[in-house]
Amino acid sequence: MNLKEKHSALDIQKIRKDFPILSRKVNGKSLIYLDSGATAQKPKQVIDAITKYYSEQNANIHRGVHTLSQEITSAYENARATIQKHINAKHTHEIIFTSGTTESINLVATTFGKWLKPGDEILVTAMEHHSNILPWQQLCEEKSAVLKVIPINEKGELLLDEYKKLISSETKLISITHVSNTLGTINPVKEIISIAHAKNIPVLVDGAQAIPHMRINVQDLDTDFYCFSGHKVYGPTGVGILYGKEQWLRKLPNYQVGGGTIKTVSFAKTEYADIPLRFEAGTPNIEGGIGLAAAIDYVNEIGLENISVYEHELLEYATKKLSAIEGLKIIGTAKNKASVISFVIHGIHPYDMGIILDQLGIAVRTGHHCTQPIMDKFGLKGTVRVSLAFYNTKEEINKLVKGIIKAKEMLK
Amino acid sequence: MNIQEIETEIIEEFSLFEDWMGKYEHIIEMGKSLPVIAERYKTDERLIKGCQSKVWLHSEMKEGKIFFSADSDAIITKGLIAMVMRVLNEHSPDEILDAKMDFVEKTGLKEHLSPTRANGLVNMIKQMKLDALAYKAKV
Ligand SMILES: Cc1ncc(COP(=O)(O)O)c(C=O)c1O
Repeated sequence: MNLKEKHSALDIQKIRKDFPILSRKVNGKSLIYLDSGATAQKPKQVIDAITKYYSEQNANIHRGVHTLSQEITSAYENARATIQKHINAKHTHEIIFTSGTTESINLVATTFGKWLKPGDEILVTAMEHHSNILPWQQLCEEKSAVLKVIPINEKGELLLDEYKKLISSETKLISITHVSNTLGTINPVKEIISIAHAKNIPVLVDGAQAIPHMRINVQDLDTDFYCFSGHKVYGPTGVGILYGKEQWLRKLPNYQVGGGTIKTVSFAKTEYADIPLRFEAGTPNIEGGIGLAAAIDYVNEIGLENISVYEHELLEYATKKLSAIEGLKIIGTAKNKASVISFVIHGIHPYDMGIILDQLGIAVRTGHHCTQPIMDKFGLKGTVRVSLAFYNTKEEINKLVKGIIKAKEMLK
Repeated sequence: MNIQEIETEIIEEFSLFEDWMGKYEHIIEMGKSLPVIAERYKTDERLIKGCQSKVWLHSEMKEGKIFFSADSDAIITKGLIAMVMRVLNEHSPDEILDAKMDFVEKTGLKEHLSPTRANGLVNMIKQMKLDALAYKAKV
């Protein structure tokens, strides 16, 4: 099937009606939301699920015998199963609810990190979000371990040969992003994982920017850990997932402990619960779990394959249109990209561009995008970033291009 | 003109524009006319902690008046600096310390700018007043 036929499978105008915020005005103009990489907008299906939770279902989970508590406990556990199925995990107990990607990574860094010895090495890439740098950097400082960085080329692609050279007998874990939030690069994670596994090194994948754009199959990737946030996949903020292979999760020491993580407690001895509950201390973000499952259901209803095809079409269209603007340079030109475009314009500060576009109702991200090492690598203070979702349209990209040209005139 | 009169003038100028696009054009124009700081003063110690754009500020005291110069790598920020400079530049430390600076509110800038940007503006004014205080203490 060619792209055009596939695209017609999506009725974008109908989809847009699912997102109430898209009919909002900003600074007197119709909102053009091009910042889904920071957080995606929420369809009414998600908003309704959250409203329903508070108006009809609210109770604490895993606690009471009363009807409400039992109902919401099964709804929450069903949400876990929805996520398990969505990423094709083998077991529901391999799905741990966290507050987001950042916490998921911290959970692994904290627990796995307890085993680290001086001189051990952790590998990350030069295109990581700060959330996949700092937990490892802090851990390495504490343990006198070494954080090593896999370099990237001028297009923003990982240098796989360098990666292979960096693996040593001291390498204990490799933590890489699936998709770069700044450059859009889709990393060949399956290959990276198989290279690591040949040396028995586990891999954590930061899937924050991959999960909204493509089908993730953790068994096919054979990844040891996979992390993502609900809010970037059209779900609520404050909820995220850590997928971990059963054998890893069983081995990892405790993370935060407290109510919910135990079987029996006495002052002499506490027996901890099985996974996943052992990693979920305290009352969780129940609405978050429910909302996230609603978001996953929504995405599946539209179809991730349809989404991938349409977003790729938008990416190519926007890349072509933006490249035609004089003085504009796209940062991140990897062969394999998700619908994220960072750019700079000669002589114009990204911040100024962002302000003028905002006056036109166009929401873009400006700055370093929590990836300062990338900015250093490209010698930039920041970029303007456009991140596209399946609710965006070519007309919006045309308006963006017009807006950039107008802003250029004002700012030059 | 005294500080109060300059503030009133700026507020009146701003009221002439119908929308923020116009106001931004005005801010950008002011930014272009900002007397720039000498390169040798663009040091890290002179950086004012802002958000996404850098701001350098330098001041000198001459015949009882403070002369500011400043720069930013972003033109809109430069425009905001230029406005503050228009109000405070070449006044005595006492006048600067007494300045109400309510044009920030009355032009609608305070409400319009995002909290981080508004903060940057407030920090800049604060730094200028701190400079004034330091010069006053020296006299
Ligand atoms: C690649 C990547 N990793 C991690 C994060 C952190 O996600 P969160 O803030 O939801 O924990 C982000 C968010 O921008 C991201 O883009």
